[in-house]
Amino acid sequence: MASIDEIAPETDSPFDGKPVEQLDQVVIRFCGDSGDGMQLVGTQFTNVSAVFGNDVSTFPDFPAEIRAPAGTLSGVSGFQLHFSSHDIFTPGDAVDTLVAMNPAALKANVADLKRGGLLIVNEDSYDQKNVEKAGYASNPLDDEIALQGFQVHRVPMTRLTRDAVDGLGLSPKEAERCKNFFALGLVYWLYGRDATPTREWVEKKFARTPSLIEANLNALKAGSVYGEVTESFATHFQVPPAELPPGTYRKITGNEALAVGMATAAKLANAELLYSGYPITPASDILHELSKLKHFGVRTFQAEDEIAAMSATVGAAFGGVLAVTASSGPGICLKGEAMGLGMITELPMVIIDVQRGGPSTGLPTKTEQSDLLMAMFGRNGESPLPIVAPATPGDCFFMMQEALRIAIEFMVPVILLSDGYVANGAEPWRIPELSDLKPLRKRHPQPLTNGQAEKGFHAYERDERLVRPWAKPGTTGLEHRIGGLEKSDGSGNVDYDPDNHAHMTATRAEKVAGIADHIPEQDVEGPDHGKVLVVSWGGTYGAVRTAVRQLIREGEAVAHAHLRYLNPFPRNLESLFSQYDRILVPELNNGQLSVLLRSQFLTETVGLNKIQGKPFLVQEVVKSIRELL
Amino acid sequence: MSTELPVLTDKDFASDQEVRWCPRCGDYSILKQMQKVLPGLGIPKENFVFVSGIGCSSRFPYYMNTYGFHSIHGRAPAIATGVKLANPDLQVWVITGDGDSLSIGGNHLMHAIRRNVDLKIILFNNQIYGLTKGQYSPTSPTGSRTKSTPYGSLDTPLNPLCVAIGSEASFVARSVDVDIKHLQATLKRAAEHKGTAFVEVYQDCNVFNSGAFKYAQSKAEKADNVVVLEQGRPLIFGKNRDKGIRVTGLLTPEVVTLGDNIREDDLLFHDEKAEEPSLAFMLARMRRPEFPEPIGVFRCIDRPTYNEAVEDQVTMAVEKEGEGDIEALFRKGDTWEVQ
Ligand SMILES: Cc1ncc(C[n+]2csc(CCOP(=O)(O)OP(=O)(O)O)c2C)c(N)n1
Ligand code: SF4
Repeated sequence: MASIDEIAPETDSPFDGKPVEQLDQVVIRFCGDSGDGMQLVGTQFTNVSAVFGNDVSTFPDFPAEIRAPAGTLSGVSGFQLHFSSHDIFTPGDAVDTLVAMNPAALKANVADLKRGGLLIVNEDSYDQKNVEKAGYASNPLDDEIALQGFQVHRVPMTRLTRDAVDGLGLSPKEAERCKNFFALGLVYWLYGRDATPTREWVEKKFARTPSLIEANLNALKAGSVYGEVTESFATHFQVPPAELPPGTYRKITGNEALAVGMATAAKLANAELLYSGYPITPASDILHELSKLKHFGVRTFQAEDEIAAMSATVGAAFGGVLAVTASSGPGICLKGEAMGLGMITELPMVIIDVQRGGPSTGLPTKTEQSDLLMAMFGRNGESPLPIVAPATPGDCFFMMQEALRIAIEFMVPVILLSDGYVANGAEPWRIPELSDLKPLRKRHPQPLTNGQAEKGFHAYERDERLVRPWAKPGTTGLEHRIGGLEKSDGSGNVDYDPDNHAHMTATRAEKVAGIADHIPEQDVEGPDHGKVLVVSWGGTYGAVRTAVRQLIREGEAVAHAHLRYLNPFPRNLESLFSQYDRILVPELNNGQLSVLLRSQFLTETVGLNKIQGKPFLVQEVVKSIRELL
Repeated sequence: MSTELPVLTDKDFASDQEVRWCPRCGDYSILKQMQKVLPGLGIPKENFVFVSGIGCSSRFPYYMNTYGFHSIHGRAPAIATGVKLANPDLQVWVITGDGDSLSIGGNHLMHAIRRNVDLKIILFNNQIYGLTKGQYSPTSPTGSRTKSTPYGSLDTPLNPLCVAIGSEASFVARSVDVDIKHLQATLKRAAEHKGTAFVEVYQDCNVFNSGAFKYAQSKAEKADNVVVLEQGRPLIFGKNRDKGIRVTGLLTPEVVTLGDNIREDDLLFHDEKAEEPSLAFMLARMRRPEFPEPIGVFRCIDRPTYNEAVEDQVTMAVEKEGEGDIEALFRKGDTWEVQ
């Protein structure tokens, strides 16, 4: 057999020889055992597609166990990616190409493969043992009836990978581990991707072990050579770049965008930022990202638990810096009491809840939107807090700054509701101009000189927006005490007077409600009146927007309002409702936004509710809208 | 321009709020001694912050004319950590009770101490829950009859100093509410220490646990029940200063009487600077009635503080990476142009 180098095209120009078919969009899913490196190849494919200029949307889906027993269904890890030549909002409903590295992966994923879709399997892993572990009675690849509707490609990936890395001195295990790059190389060939960014990544990643650089690059190459030279693939495909608004782009995940958003806010406000957190899926990456950004004046504090992280955030806010903490449902429960303290002391801070499947430990790596009512009501006493929710990974950047803006402008803890889907999903992000970003101004009262100090400093003297001053400890003449006991309006001294308590409760609520005057009005995509208004929030944006667009194209009187501000709601929201016959509220929970809309506006809503740890499919939303037409 | 600080007195540190502890509560004396010590530290008044949890003792910040934060039950060390990280120039004090710090807040106390955050933690130990009206606390002796333990408490108490030493405390001390001179000296030492200074103060709750520390408070009894720790000095106590502590075997203390065959040189000499915490631990475990209970500074060593380390890391990162450039951060990783 000729060596790889002889056959491999030097230029990486992939379209030699075989015919090329043009496609508008493709959904690929890589799936295999948790140890098979599927998240890695998925991320690499995303990167090269983004760099190529496609619009991309991803959905990593992995088990909570770090290493569930190899070969079993519970250990299956998948990465779905949608890339296209027009703008897209979701990782796609059904899969065009499924790469299934073992029988368990096939079993868990084949139902999502389109009729006629491409199924690429690593034939070598379909041995008796793995077939049994996946719970198949016999080898599924021999079941012609079941696989009838698909274009099945049985590729001996393990063997070919071993051949490709032969002679590099790798152990059999190490050699086999390169098979994900073989699969990646094959799919790169199939979709005409330029592997340069991946090659550079491999060179950097394995800089210390040159043999692994060579091995992985060989496997990558062997994969594309396999596509090029074997008979099994007759055509390959091309998905041209998308027409996105002009600018410089990068790929970004929701958690990355939150971290970049925080560092940017600190820069814009010329302030220090303390981020406190306790590790929890799917919020931990925010801590990881931020702890790399110390040179931006970011301090990170890994606390002993979420109570401490929240408490340190309250302390840092009192100390006068930008203070942020993040967690997921179980940790937010623990934070509740200290959030109440932040509320009554009227200090600015942001609490991020990256929601996951609940209750209790629930589904740690799966997505859900079931903490909305906890964010609204999950504290003792009357304790309303502003809530915002980014719609997409890139939107996390803007909403993070928006949350901090509201916090410091109104001296109030702000809750930012993200979710596992937004946090881990990636999309192309148009890099903003620093000068286009809203300024963020921290204001602190000036020191009082001796004479002025006589009158004393009143920590709860409010301005016309009902906002109290943010006096920084260390400032002469502003010494004051705050705390969790009810305080007298104005002085801030402890006050048990019944009327004062009623007054303070009302004032705090009024201040939060008043934020509605300082957020954008709700916009609507679609006709300004009609049959159905679909109202969504958070990470369901993409599926809902795609569904509504499809129906609008079909001529239906449907519109979409996606809420990024959940408390207070935008001022014009109620008046929008009256323009449509029916209101549909799709949510990944049992109807929590519906509860809020109904109670605040006495409006009828219809829920579309899904609690499977999975995002909406576009067609689920389409179907549910159709039922109302 | 003169940089001299205005001369302050204890009155400058008293707030305009009426102090509301029960008459003769031990907290009054601790408040008074604190107000006396602070003016002498050479720190501008606006740089003091008092953070407390919940409990009678935790009302303390309201009575200090400094920055203050009366927070939630048990969390003061974590809140104070946030304040200190936000502004390392502040001198941050934590005021806490035995329930606040060792029951609900045990976790935060332990972690603040092991990190050696530059906080001054004063634990008012009255061996009872005062504010909730008299339930036993984690420091109440086994068998304590309280509102919630009419048949006597069952659990073994925690020894605050042992908890602190076990958490790698760099400064550990004990004093007594009404021992004015000693308390002032101890607070001053705590203030001057760099790192977590942990001080247990025996505090009388004369309503729910009256007299719990009478043996250490009353003139008549304390000489025989308390031994004062002084750096480099032998441990001698007793009305006639004729008793001492000698150590045998593997750090086993015993009470001996000075006389013909036992001289001062045979006694244990205190060393607060000992790198190993064993001596401090042994002293902390000395309890009545077998032993006199030591007061004073048990341990005072140098250890890097967490807040300084945090700042150093920021400085190091800036040196290594340069001042953070937001636009470069935006462009991290692969980027591409769309025309
Ligand atoms: C979360 C929470 N649980 C319970 C309480 C009730 N509580 C207030 S103070 C206290 C105990 C205080 O005892 P200690 O810390 O010894 O302080 P002391 O009042 O004796 O000074 C308790 C249980 C509370 N305030 N918050
Ligand atoms: S109850 Fe006890 S601790 Fe509380 S104020 Fe009264 S005497 Fe002091």
